[in-house]
Amino acid sequence: MNAPPPPLAPTGRSQTAGDLLEVSMGPHHPSTHGVFRMNVVLDGETVVKLTPVFGYLHRNHEKIAEKNSYLGSIPYTDRLDYICSMTNNWAYVLSVEKLAGIAVPERAEYIRVIVGEMTRLFNHACLAGFLLQDMGALGTPLMYAFREREKILDLFEALSGSRMMCNYMRFGGCRCDLPEGWPEKAARIGAGFESFLDEFEALLTGNEILRARSEGVGVLPRELAVNSGVTGPGLRASGVNYDIRKVDKYGIYDRFKFRVPLGERGDVFDRYMVRILEMRESLMILNQALHDLPDGAIIDPKVRLRNLRPKAGEAYGRIESPKGELGFYLISDGGPIPYRYRVRPPSLINLTVLEDMCMGHTIADVVIILGSIDIVLGEVDR
Amino acid sequence: MLGLGILKGFMETGRNFCGSYYDPERLTTVQYPEERLEPQANARTIPFLIYDGSDPIGGLRCTACTICEQECPAHCIEIVKDTAKKPDYLGKMQLHPKVFDIDTAVCMECGICAEVCPFDSIKMDQVFERAGSHRRLTLHKDDLSKSNEYYNKIHPAEAAAVDAARAEEQKKAQARKAAAAVPATP
Amino acid sequence: MQTLEQIKDRIAAALPGARLAVIANASPAGQPSLLLDHEHALEAARFLRDAPELRFDYASNATGVDWPERTVKERVKVKKMIDGVEKETEELAERKIPGCLEAVYHLYSMELGQGPLIIRLRTGNRTDRVTLPSLTPVWRSCEFQEREIFDLFGIVFEGHPDLRRILMWDGFEDHPMRKDYAPAASGEAKA
Repeated sequence: MNAPPPPLAPTGRSQTAGDLLEVSMGPHHPSTHGVFRMNVVLDGETVVKLTPVFGYLHRNHEKIAEKNSYLGSIPYTDRLDYICSMTNNWAYVLSVEKLAGIAVPERAEYIRVIVGEMTRLFNHACLAGFLLQDMGALGTPLMYAFREREKILDLFEALSGSRMMCNYMRFGGCRCDLPEGWPEKAARIGAGFESFLDEFEALLTGNEILRARSEGVGVLPRELAVNSGVTGPGLRASGVNYDIRKVDKYGIYDRFKFRVPLGERGDVFDRYMVRILEMRESLMILNQALHDLPDGAIIDPKVRLRNLRPKAGEAYGRIESPKGELGFYLISDGGPIPYRYRVRPPSLINLTVLEDMCMGHTIADVVIILGSIDIVLGEVDR
Repeated sequence: MLGLGILKGFMETGRNFCGSYYDPERLTTVQYPEERLEPQANARTIPFLIYDGSDPIGGLRCTACTICEQECPAHCIEIVKDTAKKPDYLGKMQLHPKVFDIDTAVCMECGICAEVCPFDSIKMDQVFERAGSHRRLTLHKDDLSKSNEYYNKIHPAEAAAVDAARAEEQKKAQARKAAAAVPATP
Repeated sequence: MQTLEQIKDRIAAALPGARLAVIANASPAGQPSLLLDHEHALEAARFLRDAPELRFDYASNATGVDWPERTVKERVKVKKMIDGVEKETEELAERKIPGCLEAVYHLYSMELGQGPLIIRLRTGNRTDRVTLPSLTPVWRSCEFQEREIFDLFGIVFEGHPDLRRILMWDGFEDHPMRKDYAPAASGEAKA
């Protein structure tokens, strides 16, 4: 295998040295993963300046939530990162549980882990598919990933009634219990995902084109990643061992054995590879959780879903969502609606370093660097 | 060797291509609308109102308590209470909705209304082919009203539990009534 | 992790003259926060990031909170002369709490795996004294978030490299996340 090419140095040319071209990429560009726009200044094909432009999908989610009850905001969280509605639910209910001091029954905790890890599985698989789509592998890897996602979405539909907008978790537990035969089906699909991953890796990881396009591209140095608040696989690809499942041990994550994959160089390939390895760890967690799944109550019967009035105060709760640290900051004034409701969107904050990662690369690389960050515009613009 | 990775990848695509002819795990799609998948028991789309008996309007279980109107996250339900009261299945006098509108353009099919309803009156439907040649997106009481038999058909387990609970309550109410009717002997 | 009081004392020792206050939090989450003054906020943030036992190298969340002016009714004990005898009686008194805008930062340490440390900054009022020092020079993760606070709450961050609206469009005038925001006033369709 050839050594990876060194990262390109930013062009030292002054802006007057050549004719610069400003390209408005997006908001309707097929590779910007939604209505995201970048103003890219190009010198030839090389990026010398990149300004992200947000807000095309802005609906002021936070303001809407300050007019709804605590319960009424759960379906809205589904629509933040609309690929991973289960983890969004989880982050929100975790924050409300912190705010109101609610305990969760053990069975509900296990179910949360199971659906959360399934969400991570298909999010990462689809991200790899989208990344390859951006590289020019039109369709094939993405459709394979979607096929596997479809099976998990069927499980989610059987569980919650909806494929993507699950609206499943409640403070103090989950909305309904698992249907008959669900854990067995989940175990079967988990096993199928394992062999899918082997195939997916045989298809992609060794592929020379993928390596040539991704190695040494969009390098994110460790210090910059930490300082600019990058979280999730993007941070770990830069070699920082920070996984909130390990650090905070929220829920029952201290009961499971899993490793945190780390990258070395922090380039696009590392971000791809960290996700592939994370899927394997997720499968390990999934198997353990399905094996240990206890019987019991699904929700704390004392919790008032309607008309919940937490004591005046504030709480910040966060989880490791597939995109990074998803946090909810809630302030209660003792009333039935939150006084302040804030989403800490990993997708938006991970974009802080987009310009630094793209500098000096060609415009074709901008597409895959953006693809490797993994954004969902529902969450970026809220 | 350069190109080996690509060749390996081609083998995978070949395997998936051939597999899609005989292995249902590799081809999960069906040819809609000629082929259809059965909806899952829990599946939900828009809400509907349940009526008992044969009168779709008079038999509505809804008591116009407006809990769903208040709790609806999208605020797509509008209820106007009727002034007249009618006895419900327990014999208690209850209000009825004069107007019950759901704006399906706004409804996000979250199911919170069905979850908070204390009268088991609003439930989630499973119709998904709602395209039509009209632009009427606000559904009124008579569009929303569907029979309990229909509910039993689409959500069998859930509906059976609801029916059993209601029958139990009815029995208790009748027993209470009978006890009250017997004059206390000195 | 050190307690908030200890951290406060350490900052006070490192930055003489800094006015710090611990804001209690009554919720079961138990996340009290530290109020910093404007003059020393940037220095204090640098200290929190660089001090070897603290190392809050990661500013996770930065957000604004709007506190309009409000009056609270409280029972206060007052001494009164009644018939020549001094007596203590309870009276209902109204207390005005002046309005302000608040920026809240949630800090964590990736190196030491501790947190959260919550720091707050408050503006003078909600109309003309809405300037706060930007912490983006210390933590770049605040860059977009402070822009968002500026956009939605109207806090002006001094020292921010690129303070523009981020979610609303450039010609937009009001600040939607303020509690007294009225959509109709800015020409939008009423919700």
